Amino acid sequence: MRQESLICISCPVGCYLNVEIPEEGEWKITGNKCKRGITYAKAELTNPERIITTTVKIKNAHLKRLPVRSNTTIPKELMFLAMAIINKTVAKGPIKMGDVIVENILGTGADIIASRSMD
Amino acid sequence: MESYELVVIGGGPAGLAAAIEAKDNGVDSILVLERDQELGGILQQCIHNGFGLHVFKEELTGPEYAERFINQLNDYGIDYWLNTMVVDFNAEHVLHCVSKEYGFKTIEAKAIVLAMGCRERTRGAINIPGTRPSGVFNAGTAQRYLNIEGYLVGKKVVILGSGDIGLIMARRMTLEGAKVLAVVELMPFSGGLNRNIVQCLNDYDIPLYLSHTLTEIRGKERVEQVVVSKVDDNRQPIAGTEIVYNCDTVLLSVGLIPENELSEEAGVTMDPRTSGPIVNEAMETSIEGVFACGNVVHVHDLVDFVTEESRRAGRFAAKYIQKQLVDQENMVKTVAGEGIAYIVPQNVRIRNLDKQLELFMRVKQVYSQVEMVIKTNRGILKTMKKRHMAPGEMEHIVLAKEELEGNDIQEILVEIQEVQA
Amino acid sequence: METKKMNDVIVIGAGIAGTFVARELARYELDILVIDQESDVANATTMANSAIVHAGYDAKPGSQKSFFNIKGNPMFDQVCEELDVPFKRIGSLVIGFDEEDRKTIDKMYKAGLKNHIPEMSIIEANHIKELEPNISDKVRVALFAKTAGIVSPFELAIALAENGIENGVKYQLETKVIGIEKQDSYYDVHTNRGDYQARNIINCAGVFADQISQMVGDTSYSIHPRKGEYYLLDKKAGKLFNHVIFQTPTDHGKGVLITPTVHGNVLVGPDSNFVGEKDDVSTEAMSLQEIRNVASRSSDKIPFNQVIRTFAGLRASSDIGDFVIGESKVAKGFINVGGFESPGLSAAPAVAKYVVEIMEGISGGLKEKVTFNPRRRPMVRFAELNLEEKQKCVEDDPNYGNIICRCEQVTEAEIIDCIHRNMGATTVKGVKKRTRPGMGRCQGGFCEPKVVEILARELNRPIEDVSYNGSKAYIVTEETKKQI
Repeated sequence: MRQESLICISCPVGCYLNVEIPEEGEWKITGNKCKRGITYAKAELTNPERIITTTVKIKNAHLKRLPVRSNTTIPKELMFLAMAIINKTVAKGPIKMGDVIVENILGTGADIIASRSMD
Repeated sequence: MESYELVVIGGGPAGLAAAIEAKDNGVDSILVLERDQELGGILQQCIHNGFGLHVFKEELTGPEYAERFINQLNDYGIDYWLNTMVVDFNAEHVLHCVSKEYGFKTIEAKAIVLAMGCRERTRGAINIPGTRPSGVFNAGTAQRYLNIEGYLVGKKVVILGSGDIGLIMARRMTLEGAKVLAVVELMPFSGGLNRNIVQCLNDYDIPLYLSHTLTEIRGKERVEQVVVSKVDDNRQPIAGTEIVYNCDTVLLSVGLIPENELSEEAGVTMDPRTSGPIVNEAMETSIEGVFACGNVVHVHDLVDFVTEESRRAGRFAAKYIQKQLVDQENMVKTVAGEGIAYIVPQNVRIRNLDKQLELFMRVKQVYSQVEMVIKTNRGILKTMKKRHMAPGEMEHIVLAKEELEGNDIQEILVEIQEVQA
Repeated sequence: METKKMNDVIVIGAGIAGTFVARELARYELDILVIDQESDVANATTMANSAIVHAGYDAKPGSQKSFFNIKGNPMFDQVCEELDVPFKRIGSLVIGFDEEDRKTIDKMYKAGLKNHIPEMSIIEANHIKELEPNISDKVRVALFAKTAGIVSPFELAIALAENGIENGVKYQLETKVIGIEKQDSYYDVHTNRGDYQARNIINCAGVFADQISQMVGDTSYSIHPRKGEYYLLDKKAGKLFNHVIFQTPTDHGKGVLITPTVHGNVLVGPDSNFVGEKDDVSTEAMSLQEIRNVASRSSDKIPFNQVIRTFAGLRASSDIGDFVIGESKVAKGFINVGGFESPGLSAAPAVAKYVVEIMEGISGGLKEKVTFNPRRRPMVRFAELNLEEKQKCVEDDPNYGNIICRCEQVTEAEIIDCIHRNMGATTVKGVKKRTRPGMGRCQGGFCEPKVVEILARELNRPIEDVSYNGSKAYIVTEETKKQI
């Protein structure tokens, strides 16, 4: 049986999770204060994912950078590839919060969306 | 001379929440004065998520959180002046402010809300010895260059301070192409959230050195090296433990200081423990009709608490304008007992409370498995078991008004006690 | 810059000495070129010192230090008024704690009397406490000298340079002298930016003055840099002390001083340590702690929790223990202003006049420039104006309405002006020296990005090319997300 300790990052509380992974059968997850901890532990130990938050170059707006975020998590290992795509993108104002800047980034199903309106 | 019922100094999350709440409570003529080019305060450069879990039950980025309030402010038609700096205000509620667009203005107000936020502690204030090359930045300034202006401040970075700002910038700089060599933390524990250790440091294999500090910065024109040393229990560098890092940038995340120049010049009484004004249950300062909320009162960790506190200030500022606040001869004092660094508010007039009294406080050290005891001169009011408390996590206690009524209460004391075996 | 033009004078070094000398010479019909290796005037010792105009009792009687300090002190009112540079005659106290100190103070007083230093007196504990309520209760006696003052030495050097340029002086920065050749009637000055020629050279090169002097074969003195470290305290501490407060020199050393600055901060320091490198201006934890300990003898009320910056400067100490001012004995037309450590600042106006005298002797007579204007256009210091004046400023120029530096209340208009004046700012540090953004308690945390933006715009440069202090001291490395 495998034992893992990890900190849940689903919310700012940061519960200390303890995961027991048997050879076969259900995982035993303790230490979580809510259901999200269970989901997180399973994902983190099999296929870790992260929300990406960054900025994108923007033209035709009163500022030079537009903050963006992924609308859902993407695989952790794709972070830098995603950054490369976002860095090549130039958004064009005016922008409404939530506008899709990069659709379905790297085929993950996650969109990169504007984190604010900007004109 | 212009006249408004309420003037709010600062258009960040604190000022926005206070202004909106005041409007909701019947104040019509409100003016928000903001020195930056747009509303939202520091949230506009906090492009990461983690905001709004309490207030909106969602995890938002800084700009998303700000936009909710900016939209509401605009929907309410509340006036605001951007690029406007308040130069001073006085006990008679007369302010002077200046901007390119509006010129030099004198404004009189029935009430004022101070929401100026805070500034960062600097290298000079903590006396890091060595040379004084370019390349030493406060983390927040580096964040502004990166997220608002779009410039990287360096390529090989050492960060002093493991509070959330330092951790967030470690990740941000890495994602934008810099190499963060280490995060160095004086204390034996990190000041930031656990989740940030994971998603900002561990994810990128950035080492965290606890109980270490920067003992020298080297470089003729630009930073070239830093020296990192281990510290002992008294936080003094231990000779012989020095490690030299070749780097070109130092980011400092060594604390925030409420920005109270205006308050002090106006004669507001300050609390040296918070570096902010002494306030009562209405978030009113020692000057009648001058209220304060947000980081200018005490440095917060969660913007959600800033919003709650600022709504309270806005609500009570409205009551003050409507002459509904009463003074109280025997004001109740909150007392920071064993283990408590400070409590806000410092004074309480029970009669003005709606239904409850909210106390915000910080502990002096990390505690595990202890009890938080709230006492008055009557006796013990409440005991709360606490599994884990740290100076970096603000504590929040709610007391029911009815438990505090009757004119005999003089003080409310909060202290930490070991759990009785 | 034409490299083969013959100058009447080349001044090497644009610190307080070089800028004073050049401006003084500008009163005459002379072609004057000032060169300095730094990216701005007043970038070395002149911007890292105690900023005190000494009364003049301290230096050894008969020395050049004594002679020029005594002559220079009274000149500050006029020159600072002409150039609109802040200067305050706040007076100084040398405080003593015991009978040994009393004896030393007495000696200083007598030496001062001999040199006709005006308005000096020996005062006792009660009077001292009245003048300085926060001074240590252990202070027994003090030498009170009313003519001592405080000034902004780098603002003075900048103003001297600006006024010099207005009166025809040419300045060239980032120009390092690598060799000098004596020809029959002139000197060939070889620099990293080409060769220049002058009939006379005035060596105001600070800690490097001996090296310059050696280039013409004059080895009569050598300079050993002596470092002094300082604490600068927040303006909130500014009301704690009213005079320059010295400690009586003992066998253990000169002690450490506490002084208000002309802008309302407090300076504590300096210590004194010879260093090996002529560019070592680092601070050290142990020296800073020692300064703290020694300073605390003068007062236990120094608020060290209100330090906003620590820094260090190098004194150009000569091995002969005095200034080295005069025409070189081995190189005619080469005038040394060497060993210009304390009281160099206080002596500078008088030294400049003396250099003119030497030049008159060498040349056989200098022709006065009828168009010489000793006054520079006054600076607007928004923070110091009253409400009506502020209002008028903003009405006349909306750029006064944009406050860039919150701590020191400095407006965009002032920053734009300081960039476009003669000897204008070209770096963030240059703006800081001229108008103060970055000198306040946030140390540029709020204003630096804005100052960078203004510099980029006014100098028509990309943001990446705006430096803190010359191109190697870059601020940002690059714009992010460069499109391929």
